[in-house]
Amino acid sequence: MTDVLVKPAGPARTSSRPSGLFRLTPASGIGLGVALVWFSVLVLLPLAAVVGAAAAGGWGAFWNTLTDAQTFAALRLTVIEAGLVTVVNGILGTVVAWVLVRDQFFGKRILDVVIDIPFALPTIVAGLVLLSLYGPESPVGINIVNTRQGIFLALLFVTLPFVVRTVQPVLIELDADVEEAAASLGASRFTTFRRIILPSLVPAITAGSSLGFARAISEFGSLVLISGNTPYQTEVASLKILKFIEGDNQAGAAAVAVLLLLVAIFTIVALDLVSRRVARRG
Amino acid sequence: MADTSTIRGRKSPVTYVMRFSVIAYLSVLVVWPLYEVTARTFAPIERGAEGGFSAFLERLQDPSVTYAFQLTATCAFWAVLINTVFGVGISLLLVRYQFPGRRVLSVLVDLPMSVSPVVVGLALVLAYSSGQGWFGGVLESAGIFIIGTTPGLIMATAFVSLPLVVREIVPVLEEIGIDAELAASSLGANGWQTFRRITLPSIKWAVVYGVVLSLARSLGEFGAVKIVSPGAEFRGETATILIQNRYTNYEEPTAYAAAFVLVLASVLALVVVSLIRKPDHQ
Repeated sequence: MTDVLVKPAGPARTSSRPSGLFRLTPASGIGLGVALVWFSVLVLLPLAAVVGAAAAGGWGAFWNTLTDAQTFAALRLTVIEAGLVTVVNGILGTVVAWVLVRDQFFGKRILDVVIDIPFALPTIVAGLVLLSLYGPESPVGINIVNTRQGIFLALLFVTLPFVVRTVQPVLIELDADVEEAAASLGASRFTTFRRIILPSLVPAITAGSSLGFARAISEFGSLVLISGNTPYQTEVASLKILKFIEGDNQAGAAAVAVLLLLVAIFTIVALDLVSRRVARRG
Repeated sequence: MADTSTIRGRKSPVTYVMRFSVIAYLSVLVVWPLYEVTARTFAPIERGAEGGFSAFLERLQDPSVTYAFQLTATCAFWAVLINTVFGVGISLLLVRYQFPGRRVLSVLVDLPMSVSPVVVGLALVLAYSSGQGWFGGVLESAGIFIIGTTPGLIMATAFVSLPLVVREIVPVLEEIGIDAELAASSLGANGWQTFRRITLPSIKWAVVYGVVLSLARSLGEFGAVKIVSPGAEFRGETATILIQNRYTNYEEPTAYAAAFVLVLASVLALVVVSLIRKPDHQ
């Protein structure tokens, strides 16, 4: 049960193996046509409309929107928070994966299920779940509403599975012989980890972290109740878009949206290239 | 794991420190908040609010709550149906057929999961709203309204869960290869017979798995739905929007009751998914 709800490595990508590919028959050609029309109506045209709306005012208007002090503050906060969360996830996620794979103790399987919960929960419910313990009537006396720590905690919650679930399978596959060899040659446990294990985990940690970063940048639902949305203080990019929409400033909303879209596209293309390279090498 | 190697089996103080840290981290981040949500659902902190299971059921039977859950169920049903048909079709095309742009399409199909839900909502508004959308005017003159109506909600839901079925089927299709299909067609089976008798049985579990994941995701979608919906009581208020509205209106007990139902649904999805995964591994 290494990847129950999370499939971060994105196996939707087909391999580049050309073997076994049929030419389109008339029937499958029609099928492809129908699928493309639906995909365009649902995904491509609307996304193109966002780009169109952002570009409608020209480069100057686009640039002015993004460099407007309040918008810029929201973008900066989003990137900083996402960056912090990514660093914490990179370290703690690896530790969690390590414990889940290498350690044996009572209740380990329950922890394995717990990892998937943040991903399975609806985002608004995730926000409410955190608020029940760290909200206004917190039993432990911590109130994260309208604080940057609150945003950090919410992002940490929703991105928890990414690194764990990408590192876990790699750790399971690792060959014990190499570690035995290193140890028999006198390497300490730490040296073995740093020189033997860590290098083989780095691609997985990177992949998981970048997926987590992309998710954190675009996160919305879990922040709605937690972030107080105060300009310059606790306003993040996705909530800024909502504010633009509610203020009937579609061009402003589209400008920020295009930025988020670029981050999303960059992440999946980069991961696609990396996974292809790794697949070729392996 | 049947790992009996001496190096890996050795326990040092570090092992226990890491085990304890991971348990503490996951408890504080996930387990305790989840417990607190459950506690608040059945014993609301709010003054005058009744606790217990019957009060919980009563809150769920409020007409506006049943309306919200019915709307959510309707949207999820249609979105999952559309995504399943589309997902099976596009997976077959991507894996089995050769056509220009195949690789680009396989990357694009994964895009919807990485797009921020707010951006999804904005994209649909900019394409189809009768006031500002690219195609809004045309659709309006044809008497079709998408934004603010149930079809719009279904589109938003279908958008965000689109890749889930594809992601499950593509790896299975790649793994089983085409030998059986070629054999069937050489024995005189037509395309439909080959699909129904050979391909479908082998991707059956992947389809079920993808459907469960899509369903869980569809039931919990918030951001995209929030943008395209009027979001008022009895007018496009889905379960997730209801949670936000009630929480911000100081009707916490109802918000917690609805959230608890969604928590149960996602935990159920996790359980089902891990049960399906098991036979896969054996």
